[in-house]
Amino acid sequence: MDMNTLVLILAATVAAAIPLIFAALGELVVEKSGVLNLGVEGMMVVGAVFAFMTAAETGQLWLAVIVGALAGAGMALMFGFITLSLMANQVATGLALTIFGIGLSAFIGQGYTSVALDGLKEISIPVLSSLPIVGKLLFSYNILVYLAVVAFVGIWWFLYKSRAGLILRAVGESPSSAHALGYRVIRVRYLAVLFGGAMAGVGGAYLSIAYTPLWAEGMTAGRGWIALALVVFATWRPGRVLIGALLFGGVTIAQFHVQGLGVEIPSQFLSMLPYLATIIVLVLISRDAGVIRLNAPASLGQPWHNELH
Amino acid sequence: MLRLEPRPAPSRLMVYLSPLLAMALMLVVGMVVFTILGQPPLKAFHAFFIEPINDWYGFGELLIKSSPLALIALGLAVGFRANIWNIGAEGQLIMGAIAAGGVALWLYETTSAWILLPLMFIAGALGGMFWASIPAFLRTRFNTSEILVSLMLVYVANLVLSWLIHGPWRDPDGYGFPQSKLFESSAILPIMLEGTRVHAGIFITVLALLAAGIFFRWSLIAFQMRVAGLAPKAALYAGFKQKKMVWLGLLAGGAAAGLAGTAEVAGPIGQLLIPISPGYGFAAIIVAFVGRLHPVGIVLASLLMALLYLGGESAQMQLALPAAVSGVFQGMLLFFLLATDVLIQFKLRWVPKASAGAV
Repeated sequence: MDMNTLVLILAATVAAAIPLIFAALGELVVEKSGVLNLGVEGMMVVGAVFAFMTAAETGQLWLAVIVGALAGAGMALMFGFITLSLMANQVATGLALTIFGIGLSAFIGQGYTSVALDGLKEISIPVLSSLPIVGKLLFSYNILVYLAVVAFVGIWWFLYKSRAGLILRAVGESPSSAHALGYRVIRVRYLAVLFGGAMAGVGGAYLSIAYTPLWAEGMTAGRGWIALALVVFATWRPGRVLIGALLFGGVTIAQFHVQGLGVEIPSQFLSMLPYLATIIVLVLISRDAGVIRLNAPASLGQPWHNELH
Repeated sequence: MLRLEPRPAPSRLMVYLSPLLAMALMLVVGMVVFTILGQPPLKAFHAFFIEPINDWYGFGELLIKSSPLALIALGLAVGFRANIWNIGAEGQLIMGAIAAGGVALWLYETTSAWILLPLMFIAGALGGMFWASIPAFLRTRFNTSEILVSLMLVYVANLVLSWLIHGPWRDPDGYGFPQSKLFESSAILPIMLEGTRVHAGIFITVLALLAAGIFFRWSLIAFQMRVAGLAPKAALYAGFKQKKMVWLGLLAGGAAAGLAGTAEVAGPIGQLLIPISPGYGFAAIIVAFVGRLHPVGIVLASLLMALLYLGGESAQMQLALPAAVSGVFQGMLLFFLLATDVLIQFKLRWVPKASAGAV
């Protein structure tokens, strides 16, 4: 394998990792606040269809990204209302969100399945983008890839360096203590849930207007679920989310190249790789119950109401 | 403003009322959506909820669709009662169908229906249980989330089926279509109701219903699982066997889904192809919840959910709306149920704005 092929594979790995990075980082913030939203897949797919429709109707790709984020946040708002204001079971509500999202996106996207779209193009920075190797590896992606990097840095800074991030983590670890200190537990959780929805929506938008600029029913293909697994795999740390997402991007890309190398494996078995890899990393990380207990936000998944505590 | 106040004790009335309330809300919102889409609401209502079942054949279709939904939901309820979340029933259904289909293709024209069909159902149940045993094993041995594992295995099961019907099991005389050859007639369930497509698979659901009723009512482990679901700490102190519950919870769902998959391929489909199920495995999750994890409730919920499937098909034909509208209604139903369930533990009270701040 020559250098050029390797660079192409690495660049493709990054491109495949981006939707996972958006969705998983968003979910990370949600879970840090003590809320488990299993509806990532649903929010992503709704973000994808709304972004695609916006792009197809207006041709404004930046507007499409914003609409995708808003659609994801809109879905998250429903989840938030039912789990935070009405204290419903978060697991069941998250599942409902995914089932609803898949149905809703198929419903409203029906007329767009054969629409062609001029997707988001790679940027071209004078000099930098044309550098050998580095140019392709660092300076030739579409703008959303760089947005993902900005989001990563921002979230890392927010969680560990800002006061607001400290409050968010306090709410996730011990909502009753945070409440006693005068913080608005429910408000913090709402904001986290909305942010997570917007990030999942952008992840979906990336899929439908940049990665494969088209709309197909269920095009997220389980990426929302993989993002959820990534958060566990990363033991709730943003840096490890990034690494995990790149690993998964690599697995996704590997399946195309294994076939290119002339290995005689039915394509279906190669397509299984990301799902099997998800199971394997989950097993590896959760094998040690102590690691999970130590790192998971203590109140994760538990409803909270200020009159019950 | 409206405020939620905890009730001293959960409301028995709301336990039964909330599914009806959820249904009513779903209908109201559905009608509003139809109106926005430019459909006269009454005509849309008729096309969606009346038209599909206003003749004998349509009634049969309702039974055909509710049967797998109820069967799977009964199996899932065993685990859900103990907070064991098997959400991969769709994959277990596919694996059951593959196992049953494999038996039908393997014993092609070598035996009679009396031997072949029972063998197919046994294989189907085992296939579903095998697929559910993976999350059960990983959860009990490695503490891995059964939610994510069972869900991932749905995609894997679909790919296994895709490989089989594109590769080793493809019908050589099928003009290259990705499907197995048609099962022989002794691998097909007989029709039970004249003038419909209702097949003998419905008896499996009836048997499962009776078994679940007896199990939930009289078995010790079912009681323990209920306790584990409602009060995990109490179950822990009482020394209930957690691992046994996980295994039972997942295997029950797997077996039920496998049987449902078998009844689909030995029933209306009659061969292996994609898709085997229009998402019965996922819709059954909603059925289990809307049915309050109770056998009778599950049967009623399965009829409603089956009607939503038929309504979607009818809306496609009569109103030119995409059939995916079924999924929207089904998701909405679960949303509204989860939302109205708050009224079991809380009551709504009107508090004048001025005093609302003083908690």
